[in-house]
Amino acid sequence: MSATALGTSRPVAAKRQVIDCDIHPAMTSWTEVHPYLEPRWIEHLKTYGSHLRHAFSEALTHPRMSPDAARVDAYPEEGGPPGSSLDLMRRQHLDPNGIEHGILIPLRWNPGSQRNLDFGVALTRAMNSWQAERWVGQEPRLKGSVLVAQEDAVGAVAEIEARAGDPSFVQILILPRTDEPLGRRRYWPIFEAAERHDLPIAIHVGGTNGHPSTGGGWPSYYMEEHHAVAESMQAIVVSLIFEGVFERFPRLRFVIMEGGLGWIPSLCARMDRNWERMRGEVPHVRRRPSEYLGESIWFTTQPMEEPERPGQLLELMDRIGWDRLLFSTDYPHWDFDDPRYAFRAPLTRAQKDQLLFGNAQHFYGFP
Amino acid sequence: MARHVVATVDEIPPGARKRVEVEGRGIAVFNIGGAYFAIADRCPHEGASLCDGRLTALVEASEPGRYVLSRRGELVRCPWHGWEFDIRTGRSWCDPKRLKVRSYETSVEVGGAEATELQAETFPVSVEARFVVVEA
Repeated sequence: MSATALGTSRPVAAKRQVIDCDIHPAMTSWTEVHPYLEPRWIEHLKTYGSHLRHAFSEALTHPRMSPDAARVDAYPEEGGPPGSSLDLMRRQHLDPNGIEHGILIPLRWNPGSQRNLDFGVALTRAMNSWQAERWVGQEPRLKGSVLVAQEDAVGAVAEIEARAGDPSFVQILILPRTDEPLGRRRYWPIFEAAERHDLPIAIHVGGTNGHPSTGGGWPSYYMEEHHAVAESMQAIVVSLIFEGVFERFPRLRFVIMEGGLGWIPSLCARMDRNWERMRGEVPHVRRRPSEYLGESIWFTTQPMEEPERPGQLLELMDRIGWDRLLFSTDYPHWDFDDPRYAFRAPLTRAQKDQLLFGNAQHFYGFP
Repeated sequence: MARHVVATVDEIPPGARKRVEVEGRGIAVFNIGGAYFAIADRCPHEGASLCDGRLTALVEASEPGRYVLSRRGELVRCPWHGWEFDIRTGRSWCDPKRLKVRSYETSVEVGGAEATELQAETFPVSVEARFVVVEA
């Protein structure tokens, strides 16, 4: 079998345990969040709407290869966008793929990027209640992520305090294109609250804070932007480490979502090499940068790397560390990874169990 | 290799497709301009149903800014990752040697004597109707 093609025979259906760390729930429309929004903000939405720092603020920064960046087969029969039907999510994904726990990552409406900070905070509050009632309350396999409006650290911390201890939520969610690099001190109150409540912070591809999607400026094509997710994640990792976040908050845990994996070993090597030469500029970084990464940062697997030779995938996982990888599908988005076929290398049963279930079970403290 | 009646011709008009099961195998049957083509209904990449994919044309460029569209509706894009497969051959556009789906012979038969000799998977074969046959 080549590295890119499936065998012709179907694998024997076996009981598989899977934790999916990246599922995108959607609202059918803005009205779905109205029951959780104060009247003042419903009125604001009607009159002024959502204000993000790009044109057509209900659109995505780049047109995707499919509407809503979705799998073509994920549209609910009853209408609404992919990800808006719990029933279809169960039939199409949770049940057949053996998902024991699924972590919700709501992306649209982007409360963390809203220019009106008070509206952003109100929207996080509403969307968090929406997650808890509309999803987690009706499907115990699902768990929520506490959305925060990170540009208002005070508002973000208040929202963390309000949700901490609620078993509906397992982490905090921030999108990477923040106003400033994420390690900057303006965000430290959020990190302090996260560490105090032992809530990991997930960084999922996205964010529309006006910065170009690539380091070289705004690109022409979605395909270019799709590569830039790795750049934005590298910027986050470098900022967190060199600003000294892990010195100040040693128990804080991050999980980088959907940023690719192949760059991690080379970034570690370059950071270590530069630290050996220029450590004096950042004396608060007392240890090798790769050590902070290896202790405090995890990565979700989708979109899984698909190298030509299976051995290269095994080598990559050896270098990143098998215990750092949390399985994710990205359902219902087009670049979905199927738990049966995502890993194109001969993994042992123990390795598969670790990637598909064990690491995330340990990371999130699931029983 | 047995011949299987999988549909009446009316069920799959030009531009349409139908997913059929033949001896436990999913097969996607397409009608392109009145001709029928059948390919395995399972993307060799991660297993999605190709029957759920959108039909597309071949878009090529001899140089940046010069686009040529041809073969409208003759390729199917996988509903997940967008791999394009040539419905006539089952071969993917980007990696035709290694990434391909099995392609099956098809024919259109009129009822009568044929109808008694062939087995339909899911419906009775009437003597009058014209129907699509897949060799699988």
